[in-house]
Amino acid sequence: MSVTETTGDTGRSADDGGRGGKIPVSDRVRAERRLGWWLAGPAFVVMLLVTAYPILQAFYESLFKYRLTDPDAREFTGLNNYVVVLTDPVWWRAVGVTVLITVITVAIEAVLGFALALVMHRALTTLRPILRTAILVPYAIITVVSAFAWFYAFDINSGFVNSWFDFVPGIGSDTNWFGEFGTSVFVIIASEIWKTTPFISLLLLAGLAQVPEDLQEAAKVDGATWWQRMYKVTIPNMKAAIMVALLFRTLDAFRIFDNVFIMTQGANNTEVVSFLAYRQTISRLEIGLGSAVSVLLFLCVVLISFLFIKLFKVDLASARGER
Amino acid sequence: MGRRTVSVAAAAALTMGLAACGSSDSTPTLTWYINPDNGGQAELAKRCTEAAGGEYRIETSLLPREASAQREQLARRLAANDSSIDIISLDPPFIPELAEAGFLAEIPDDVAEAVTENVVQGAIDGATWRDELVAVPFWANTQLLWYRKSVAAAAGLDPENEPVTWQQIIDAAQSQDKYLGVQGIRAEALTVWINALVTSGGGEIIDNPEAPADEVQLGLETDAGRAAAQIIEDIARNGLGGPGLANEDENASMLQFQGDRGSFMVNWPFVWAATLAGVEGGNLDQSLVDDIGWAQYPAVAEGEDSRPPYGGINLGIGAFSEHTDLAIAAAQCIVQPDNQAYYMVTNGNPASNTEAYEDSEVQDAFPMADLIRESLEAAAPRPQTPYYNEVSTGLQNTWHPPNSVTPDSSPEEATTLITEVLKGERLL
Repeated sequence: MSVTETTGDTGRSADDGGRGGKIPVSDRVRAERRLGWWLAGPAFVVMLLVTAYPILQAFYESLFKYRLTDPDAREFTGLNNYVVVLTDPVWWRAVGVTVLITVITVAIEAVLGFALALVMHRALTTLRPILRTAILVPYAIITVVSAFAWFYAFDINSGFVNSWFDFVPGIGSDTNWFGEFGTSVFVIIASEIWKTTPFISLLLLAGLAQVPEDLQEAAKVDGATWWQRMYKVTIPNMKAAIMVALLFRTLDAFRIFDNVFIMTQGANNTEVVSFLAYRQTISRLEIGLGSAVSVLLFLCVVLISFLFIKLFKVDLASARGER
Repeated sequence: MGRRTVSVAAAAALTMGLAACGSSDSTPTLTWYINPDNGGQAELAKRCTEAAGGEYRIETSLLPREASAQREQLARRLAANDSSIDIISLDPPFIPELAEAGFLAEIPDDVAEAVTENVVQGAIDGATWRDELVAVPFWANTQLLWYRKSVAAAAGLDPENEPVTWQQIIDAAQSQDKYLGVQGIRAEALTVWINALVTSGGGEIIDNPEAPADEVQLGLETDAGRAAAQIIEDIARNGLGGPGLANEDENASMLQFQGDRGSFMVNWPFVWAATLAGVEGGNLDQSLVDDIGWAQYPAVAEGEDSRPPYGGINLGIGAFSEHTDLAIAAAQCIVQPDNQAYYMVTNGNPASNTEAYEDSEVQDAFPMADLIRESLEAAAPRPQTPYYNEVSTGLQNTWHPPNSVTPDSSPEEATTLITEVLKGERLL
């Protein structure tokens, strides 16, 4: 099986190389490029409309002191909103909590997601569809719904967790999970992990499928153990997929909102950055201040992407198998 | 139902029948944005549509469940001059903000006079901004002290005949090893509690509620503010609020009160209907209902009168409505005493018009109806400021969790945070 795959691969790449080498820009290539633009163009325009425009608008609004219920008092204040946000301990605490939640969830999800991907990859053909569905179900549930489910499960009045797990020291009928920081964050993180591990395992499964089977077999013939094959063959070969999975999940986790909104409403210092933006813009109707928080959140996300791509050398194209 | 309503309805039915032959499409449709209830407002919309005799038709549109979310949606829509908003069911604390922004249509003096006749003072106060009535009082809510007669008797208290103080119920709960039902969740319910404590102690959370944002003076760093913090501290530090105090809302308080360790609880009258429903459904025992008593909200100091919380719904008229006159007429129809009585009996929401309390059905459904009325007369509204959201959230952020509240620091922290937020120097 591995032999056929290899021949197929070489055959295709030889063909591509041959054509590219002969005529650098043929009519066909040009037509294909034009077609490419036509195909991607609408999506590109939509992207500009729904992302670039709101981001620029938010930046513009962030330069004003502007309350929605008092439009006449709107005044230009330059970067003052940014000064207010960045000098406020509330902002830094929210950033700290967000980073804490991001690091813990992504770390646990990466390990768990990898294990699940392996299970899905190695499962018997007959079991595979059922297994994949079962693993993917949490991801298919709307976050608000899963947040409510977890909230009610741990709620001191209606929850079952306290009675099911009362054999665990520290858990009893009086345990108020949403009464203090540690336990609140625990439930938020647990719910987040349950909900999004399938996403990361799906991306890793795609990566696993890219690891050439012949390399594995060669390693096996050489007498490598399961662990050695994992560290020397599997993981290095799917590094790009791992990094992309981590990047996507980190960006997602950093923008966490629903779980906090449903479970604690930011009580017990569980406020995250998105929630802070929501509180200023939607609750306080302070469009200027809220936009400044949103722009800073956007910059954080840009920074995370930049760090991933530069430091870890994530290659988005190679993850899709283009190179 | 009064004889007048019947004849009006009959006339309406007749004209509707005639109108059906003509062009019924020309009937202006008023949209009434309602808070979720048990279908009572939809029924009132139907009744008033019939009573209008083809002059207008009222359709209801549902707002979110939480009062804060209702405000968010309304503020955004009204800021965009939404002309589909004709009548709005408004939670009173948010009325000043919408009125100050010019989102509520003016209510003519003659209408204002008519709709405040026989209306409890608390509800009139809650619908007033800068000495003008800006909304039509609809239903008015207040909290009572609910107690388990057995526990009160064992502790030697008789709240029905002798008003009790917070100190007395704290001592009683402690000596009987029971839980007090109070709302410690970081939500509006906590502000309601703090406001009742501060005003019962003779203070005000805001001294000058009509001032511009940067001149607002808070009244928390006073004896009244410190007394309020002291009561919360005593309850929270001694575990008297139960293990779930930090996220206990009105419903959680009720469940705890119905349980074995229930003793005293401050809560809205919905708990009565809900407890009766629980008995009917077989989840609760009749003996529990027999054991429940009610009395005026607890006082802070002995010999002083308490100021119970005020809530409810008033009807605002959208400033951008295309049919302001009709909307005002419709609002007047909705708040008629017999409609309020119907709403109170079927949906459990107390009337703001004292006439409704004469209704025999109201008296049957709410044995404590007279106490509710008296409590409404004494009730204190929450700070009436256009910046209510900031004030309330600032309080919740600094006075939560309840076991962190102390008279030495909490009033000061809240004052600093709220003042700085209003000046635009802090995030919330």
